[in-house]
Amino acid sequence: MPKDHGIGASPKRREDVRFLTGAGNYTDDINLHGQAYVYFLRSDMAHGKINKVDTEEASQMPGVVRIFTGADFEGVGGLPCGWQVTDKNGDPMKEPAHPVLAQGKVRHVGDPVAAVVAESLEEARTAAEAIELDIEELPAVVDMKAALTDGATKVHDDLSDNLCYDWQFGTDTETTDKAFAEAAHVTTLELVNNRLVANPMEPRVAVGDYSRANDESTLYTTSQNPHVIRLLMGAFVLGIPEHKLRVVAPDVGGGFGTKIFHYAEEAFCTFAARQINRPVKWTASRSEAFMSDAHGRDHVTKIELALDADNNFTAVRTDTYANMGAYLSTFSSSVPTWLHGTLMAGNYKTPAVQVNVKAVFTTTVPVDAYRGAGRPEATFQLERVIDKAARELGADPIALRRQNFITEFPYETPVAVAYDTGDYGATMDKMEELMDIPGFAARRAESEAKGMLRGLGVNCFIEACGIAPSNLVGQLGARAGLYDAATVRVNATGSISVMVGAHSHGQGHETAFPQVVAEMLGIDESMIDIVHGDTSKIPFGMGTYGSRSIAVCGSAMVRATEKIINKAKKIAAHLLEAAETDIELKDGQFSVAGTDKSVAWGDVTLAAYVPHNYPLEDIEPGLEETAFYDPSNFTYPAGAYACEVELDPETGEVTIEKFVSADDFGNVINPMIVEGQVHGGIAQGIGQALLENCAYDENGQLLSASYMDYAMPRADNLPHMANYTVDHSCQTPCTHNPLGVKGCGEAGAIGSPPTVVNAVIDALQSGGHKVEHIDMPVSPSRVWAAMNG
Amino acid sequence: MYSFDMVRPSSVADAVSALGQDEAQALSGGQTLIPTLKQRLAMPSVLVSLSGIEEMKGVCREDNGDLTIGGGTTHATVAAEAAAHYPGLAKLAGGIGDPAVRNRGTIGGSLANNDPSACYPAAALGSGATIVTNNREIAADDYFQGMFTTALEEGEIITSVRFPVPEAAGYAKFEQPASRFALTAVFVAKYADGVRVAVTGASENGVFRWTEAEQALSSNFSPDAVAGLSVPADGMISDLHGTGAYRAHLVGVMTKRAVAAAS
Repeated sequence: MPKDHGIGASPKRREDVRFLTGAGNYTDDINLHGQAYVYFLRSDMAHGKINKVDTEEASQMPGVVRIFTGADFEGVGGLPCGWQVTDKNGDPMKEPAHPVLAQGKVRHVGDPVAAVVAESLEEARTAAEAIELDIEELPAVVDMKAALTDGATKVHDDLSDNLCYDWQFGTDTETTDKAFAEAAHVTTLELVNNRLVANPMEPRVAVGDYSRANDESTLYTTSQNPHVIRLLMGAFVLGIPEHKLRVVAPDVGGGFGTKIFHYAEEAFCTFAARQINRPVKWTASRSEAFMSDAHGRDHVTKIELALDADNNFTAVRTDTYANMGAYLSTFSSSVPTWLHGTLMAGNYKTPAVQVNVKAVFTTTVPVDAYRGAGRPEATFQLERVIDKAARELGADPIALRRQNFITEFPYETPVAVAYDTGDYGATMDKMEELMDIPGFAARRAESEAKGMLRGLGVNCFIEACGIAPSNLVGQLGARAGLYDAATVRVNATGSISVMVGAHSHGQGHETAFPQVVAEMLGIDESMIDIVHGDTSKIPFGMGTYGSRSIAVCGSAMVRATEKIINKAKKIAAHLLEAAETDIELKDGQFSVAGTDKSVAWGDVTLAAYVPHNYPLEDIEPGLEETAFYDPSNFTYPAGAYACEVELDPETGEVTIEKFVSADDFGNVINPMIVEGQVHGGIAQGIGQALLENCAYDENGQLLSASYMDYAMPRADNLPHMANYTVDHSCQTPCTHNPLGVKGCGEAGAIGSPPTVVNAVIDALQSGGHKVEHIDMPVSPSRVWAAMNG
Repeated sequence: MYSFDMVRPSSVADAVSALGQDEAQALSGGQTLIPTLKQRLAMPSVLVSLSGIEEMKGVCREDNGDLTIGGGTTHATVAAEAAAHYPGLAKLAGGIGDPAVRNRGTIGGSLANNDPSACYPAAALGSGATIVTNNREIAADDYFQGMFTTALEEGEIITSVRFPVPEAAGYAKFEQPASRFALTAVFVAKYADGVRVAVTGASENGVFRWTEAEQALSSNFSPDAVAGLSVPADGMISDLHGTGAYRAHLVGVMTKRAVAAAS
């Protein structure tokens, strides 16, 4: 019998009632008295020298309150980068200024040049058209390799070149070279990890407010981490101390990483509200989202795999160019390095792993973390090159992977991380069972009878989640701690509010987190509510990204609840006139071991707040505890994925006929939510593999600037549910957090792109097409071109 | 969008009169025009909505067998009401966009806009339809004059479209993955006096007839008849979603499939 409450049960998501009935409170639903609206005039050229921004005529337009330009921000800080990467020569990365509004130059299509604040958005927009811009066009810098050639146009004139850093990590060059020299076989693959736009359903919104009465600023914003925004904006941009700055991220309609970062529009609205002493609101149009939300991925990579005569992996070497875009977004520098390089061992005991990354400035929208962040890039190249190696060697791709699996834990990889636990054979077994691998030949024959090609793709993946041990990431360059925090406030009648640092923007925390507390206390989940998203209400937690919420914030919540239980037992012992060590808590009742004496949860909580009969000499009244949790290691979810595609050789069209994911997330709090997370992740992974392509032309113009050209995955691009299985029954609990959880939010997006591409290549090979690789998105035209190349 | 006035006449005559004003613009289903206005890419002084003109709506079988569709008839209505008379056309209409688009967008609006990737131009040209306006009749062969360009004069309104009903017709659309407009789509219609083949989505000059295929299919209306034929890649659209060579290839594949699907 599946459980019907507590950990392991699948209650329906309580937040969905408000989301599905239009009762949510999103940032755009917030309208403050006296509010003005801002329209950002954005650069329509990729690169240019600003000679003049003349706002005089525009300032006289109806409804205009004030127009701001870069000059208004000269005394204000720029948008900071949260991670200092050190390059292979020991030098710090190049860190160009990132002004709130462009100063001196525009550096990408969408770079804000001026901001018009007016009584209405339409008036602001009309006035913006009257601003006279004199911008001298400069050559665009789009191709990363060209950007690094001598004499290339510089994105930032004050830097020596367009190289942000040249990073090397893992096994030393001598050892790596030796392994390749001694290899029986080397497989090489050059590939692109395509640039993506996250496209959350809700575009970004910011409302800045200022109270002259107490000199307090409030920012309402679409953020995954309000405390991080308060920290970055308060300390680095606007110079507002924490106690005078409140950041609220109410209901947020999807983030996928792109709402982690501190954006110019947030700082602008907060700043402008103080300047004009009125609330200032900005709501991004979808077009603005395409050219101002941080993009994801965009790596160009050469990956090499060395094998010995027995097909054991002996070395992996990767050389990657990582696009930073025009400026360093908040965590951009960490993505191709610490979130990518550290995963290059994958699930395999390869003794030598070397990672080389050149991060490059271009005149494009900044690139930062997007669902998976670095780990999809690592997984894609590794699992693609293994697949190619299997074909070159005539080896079975499943057997080749199994042969090289890490089987003993803990395992120290050559790329710094130590996997605490895992069972990659078990997830592979489960995948093979659910996929019905033996039945593939018959399914292929059926497809071929219809004139179609059919391919089977398999791959494994591992990720590092639960980011992160603060002391470790501090050594690696992080400019913040990465703990999280929870406050458990038990009220007099026994109901509970849990204030958490994690932010829920679709993850279902409001349902899953109470399941944990309810299980620990033995009370009903309906007595527990989660409070999140407001720095004035919640403790200083670091927010939601990197599949960290349950592993880090959930652990903080467990620790705080343990403190509650300890104190409640003291109260119960007093009420029961027994020794504290004899008190047991079960099903919401405190009882004295070996007796029938007990007192209910509500009696204890009432005593805490009405302390008439209470051990006041030993403990304080009240029942509220806070815990901060800093993990001792990352968590390492892993899995085996497979899919079958059908490929129409006449058109090159690929459809996914069957998909299986076998994940190991450790313990699972709410299976329904976990499965939903995996479904969503796989949809995004399939989107990346088959559809999504953020493309620039050679002039730095964004070609895919709307849904007319940027293809999002839709329901009919995904396999029918009958042929779509997400499994998480293989569970090796995390060894170092109290819940034994690993995190599930990104797995689908990490594991699925190579699955799809491997299947497409298999289909083409089965049709006699000697195609070794097609870059994502594997669109019909690209497949057809490869077949006919 | 910029501010504009809006009128909603109830007769073609009143609409024509309203369109005589400076910078007046006809609004039918608005599936292209409204997004254009929202992006401030058009600045009409007055929008003349055609949605209140009952005489421009509906599907009607003429005594001579032709099917006349009012210019203001939505795709959804055509999909439902033309099915018994001209199933190939009804199927095409039922595959345009999504339900929201089909319940707003109209045949007259689509043909007046003549988007090079739209479906209806292929049906009109492939059927040898007659575009009927407030003051004349225009043969489809004379009507389409290149991407977003038609024989319509300023202020001229498509009041109806008259389709000769073929013995069989089929439409095969290969969708652009993002917009789901036609990346390349082909409409074939078999009449007593020959087969017509119209291609949309592919050419830089908009919808066109593939005469070589028409000849081959007129003598043998089967998918095999076009097997050896191809159109040149020159002049085909090349973009993010496919090269001209790919589109040229798809013209052949989609023609074959349109014939196979013809009913």
